[in-house]
Formats: sequence, structure tokens, C-alpha cells
Amino acid sequence: MLSVKIHNLSLKNPVMTASGTFGYGEEFADFIDLNRLGGFIVKGTTGTPREGNPYPRMVETPSGMLNSVGLQNGGVEKFCTDVYHRIKHLDTNIVVNVSGSSIEEYCSVAEQIAALERVPAIELNISCPNVKCGGMSFGTDPQMAAQVVSAVRRVYPKTLIVKLSPNVTNIAEIAKAVEDVGADSVSLINTLLGMAVDVERRRPRMHNVTGGLSGPAVKPVAVRMVWQVAHAVSIPVIGLGGISSAEDALEFLMVGATAVQIGTANFVDPAVTMKVVDGLEAYCKRHGISDINEIIGII
Amino acid sequence: MKEIHDFTILECRQAGEHYVVLTLQHGGTMLPVVPGQFVEVQVEGCREVMLRRPISIHDADPQRGTLTLLVQIVGHGTRRLAEMRVGERLNLVYPLGKGFTTEMPPASRALLVGGGAGIAPLLYLSKALGTKGLRPRVLLGGRTAELIPVREAFEPYAEVCVATDDGSLGHKGLVVEHPAFGEPYDMIYTCGPTPMMKAVARSAAQRGIRCEVSLENLMACGIGACLCCVTDTDQGHRCVCKDGPVFDISTMQKWYQC
Repeated sequence: MLSVKIHNLSLKNPVMTASGTFGYGEEFADFIDLNRLGGFIVKGTTGTPREGNPYPRMVETPSGMLNSVGLQNGGVEKFCTDVYHRIKHLDTNIVVNVSGSSIEEYCSVAEQIAALERVPAIELNISCPNVKCGGMSFGTDPQMAAQVVSAVRRVYPKTLIVKLSPNVTNIAEIAKAVEDVGADSVSLINTLLGMAVDVERRRPRMHNVTGGLSGPAVKPVAVRMVWQVAHAVSIPVIGLGGISSAEDALEFLMVGATAVQIGTANFVDPAVTMKVVDGLEAYCKRHGISDINEIIGII
Repeated sequence: MKEIHDFTILECRQAGEHYVVLTLQHGGTMLPVVPGQFVEVQVEGCREVMLRRPISIHDADPQRGTLTLLVQIVGHGTRRLAEMRVGERLNLVYPLGKGFTTEMPPASRALLVGGGAGIAPLLYLSKALGTKGLRPRVLLGGRTAELIPVREAFEPYAEVCVATDDGSLGHKGLVVEHPAFGEPYDMIYTCGPTPMMKAVARSAAQRGIRCEVSLENLMACGIGACLCCVTDTDQGHRCVCKDGPVFDISTMQKWYQC
């Protein structure tokens, strides 16, 4: 009833988790059965280990939060030789979020991840707002986006998902540009660039000054962008941004997302993903829907 | 092992103007907790608050299945917690983080240094050391006597010393200036404001005394997923929520020397 397809990936249900909010899945194993997820996207992985930005890296804002973690991760080699072997037995789609500061780095990470049998897809992160080089700069210009995606496409034969930045005037244009050079799917939205000030201390609340806004506050923007992109491209769209309930997920499905990712809500309720899966099933029963694909893109 | 569980509030007691003591009943079999661990509390009915609030475990009674939290009222979330009534439910993710080392050789001399809300985890630690046959010394500091809550709770388990900036109680000055601080110890545990903990750590390092510090950073997930709460360590950034909150200062030179 809930199964969907993203290119070659078969998902038990449309519920995935967003990169950077779900660690390597293991952190949530005490709270949920990871095998019940449609898939999960592991933490952004780069060519070499990264320490990320200095603390403080987050601040709570109305119905959301800003973060400027800055892609802290152990690097692709550590992922392949260590983390991968701890999670490869899971019966769900493990997708690695791939990041870099240069086209060469993106390609090198993608090639190394391609060799991992139990990772059927990568999510190419051309939209991280919290790093100085690369990241979002690749995702805010259609030509740059096309350049990095086509380079990765040449070295990565499996399912290639490209994660888009909302910090652009016309997101559909970027989506089309990456579809044209071979992306199999797009996921959106990454965080919205934001800032918060501590007025008592008269300084920015985060060391990096700006950060990415996530949580329920961004949901209407995300729904609008998914709707625009779903009407502009023919590849499957994965929707994310502020989802914390089945109703939220359904909004994204109805405007054209084939699957969704849950991010910040994992921090509030580590078992939220299971509630969304159960809620989608209950909705389908209540509305006499035998296949969730019936409601995808009805708006 | 960690769980998400609805506890019931058994007791809600104001402790001075700035603190409230909440005792929570599990109602079933509570998971084992270690001194120095913390919980993530969901604050309901407060539109300013979305994320859980990390609060250290002040006391625990595994037999009764109760946890006690000492909450400092600092913002919207903690103010809402202070208004909660007996019988209301409070959703916790627990137990989180790595706690203090309580395995100590017999007759070890232990000093516990706490400041402000950092006093909280030291009560359950004092009790745990007591079960190992130790009677630690607890040195509590604050700007004024008013800002050192629940000091009487320590008296059955520890020898209590106090330092206040204004001299309104105990020694006038900082905890590291208290005469008891300079005595010889086998282990120093500390939790409180960062400048205080760094001063304690520097002194312990100089005197060759083993020392554990319990850090409090801004946190989102509490389980090592978001990487927001990192601290500098000699091995690079580590999560306070998962790799800490308790760290041995032998890995923290970079932190306490700056």
C-alpha cells in the first residue's frame, strides 16, 4: 500500500530521514526499528575528515532551529571501512549524502561509495549553506550545478539524487539543469540561510554568524518549492522541510513528492518516523486508498 | 539502552527563586542511570519551545523508579517546567551521555566542585560514591547564598563546603580559592560555569590529580546525531551529548588551557 519507487530504489514506504539529522542510523536504533524506514540518508560525507565549524553551532528559533555544523564527518575512507560495516545489514535503503569543496572531491567520494554493495544511491549535496568552499555555491547557479552533476554522473552508475538549495530565485531552473545532465532524482529543500542575534551580548548567536534554518517554520516554503519542481521535471522528487507528522508528509506527496525525508523532527521525537509511517497507513485506510501513488502529485 | 517514556510528576518543589526540584515516577521498570547522565525533556504547551531541554539527573532511585531533576529557571522552557503540577506527565528521552567514573580504590579522597546549576549531578554522584564506602567532600560555589540551592540535600552523603562571591555564605571568594580546594585529593569532579571548571581543571592538572569535568553545551538531539553540541578536545570536536557530558581532563588540555 505504501511502497514507492525512486528510480531504481524500491522503498517500503515514502518515509526517509534527512542527512545530518539521523547520524548513521545507529543513534536511533534504541527508539525505532530502522528496517521499517523507506530509507535513510547518512551524514554528509567528504573526501577527507572535517572538524566542522566552531561551537556554538545551533540556536532554537520560532518553530525551528538554525544550525551551522559545517559538514563535520570522519571522511569517506572511515565511512567505507568502519561505519558501513556496522550498518550494511539493515534491510532498508542506505543513501550516502556526498559533499565536497571541488568537483574532483565530489567525484572521488562518489566513486568510493559506488563500490559499496549495500548503498544503492547517493544524495549529492550541492546545497550546504555552512561551508566556505563548495557546498551551496554549486547549487545556486544552474551551470555550476550541471557541471558538478554531470561530472559525478560519469563516475557514478547507481541512483543519483541531487539535493537542492532553497536559497535561489528559481529552484525549478536548477532542478531542470541537473535533470538534463543525468540526475535520477532531486531532493529539496536543504536549509534556508538565516541568522539570529543575541541582543544582550550584542553579537550573532552562532560562531559562523549565519546558519541553515530547518523545522516547521520552513514547511510552507518547502511545499511550494516541491510543487514548483515537481511540475518542472519528470524525475522523481523527494520532499523535505519541516515534516513532523503524517499530515505534513501527505502535503508533500500531494504536491508531487514521491518520497519524503524527516529531519529536525527526529530531535524532538526520536520515534517520529514510525508515527509518520503508521499515520500514512491509517490515512490510506481511512480514505480507501490501496496504493499511495494514487495521491502523489494530485495538486 | 535508551528509551522515550512518559514519567508522572510526583513532586514539584521550588528551591529558592531560581530553581525547582522535580521528582518523576517511571511507573514501570526504569532503565539504569549513572551519575552524570542527563535526560532530554519535552516541554509541552509552550509555543516558544520546540526542542527538548537537556537536564542533568540530580538524583535517582532505581528501586522506586524515580528520577529527580534540579531545574534552573532560565528561559521559556524551564519556566514552563517550573509551573508543572503533581500528576502531570513529562516525556523524557533517557538516560543520555557518559557519566562520572565511580569505581575508585577504597579510601580515595574525592572532591566534588559545583557551581550554579552545575550542582545538580553532584548529589547522585555523592550517593554513588557513598555506596562504595567513600565520603566525598563537596565544594559548592555561587555569586550569593541564594544561588546555591539544595546544599542541605548533600549533608547525609558528603562534607559540604561553600564559597560565595559576596561572602553571604561560607568562604568569600571563588571555589578555587576555598582552603578545602587546595588539600590533596585522588579525584576531583566538577560541573558548573565553564570558567570555574577550567580553573578547577588547570589546578588539578598542575597538581597531578585525576579530574573529570561535566560540560553543558547548547544541544539539539541529545543522542549524537546532529553534532551541534561539540566541544574542543585533544582529539578534535566531540559531542557533549554522546561522548560526554563527562570528560576526563587528560583528553581536554586544548579545552582548559584556553
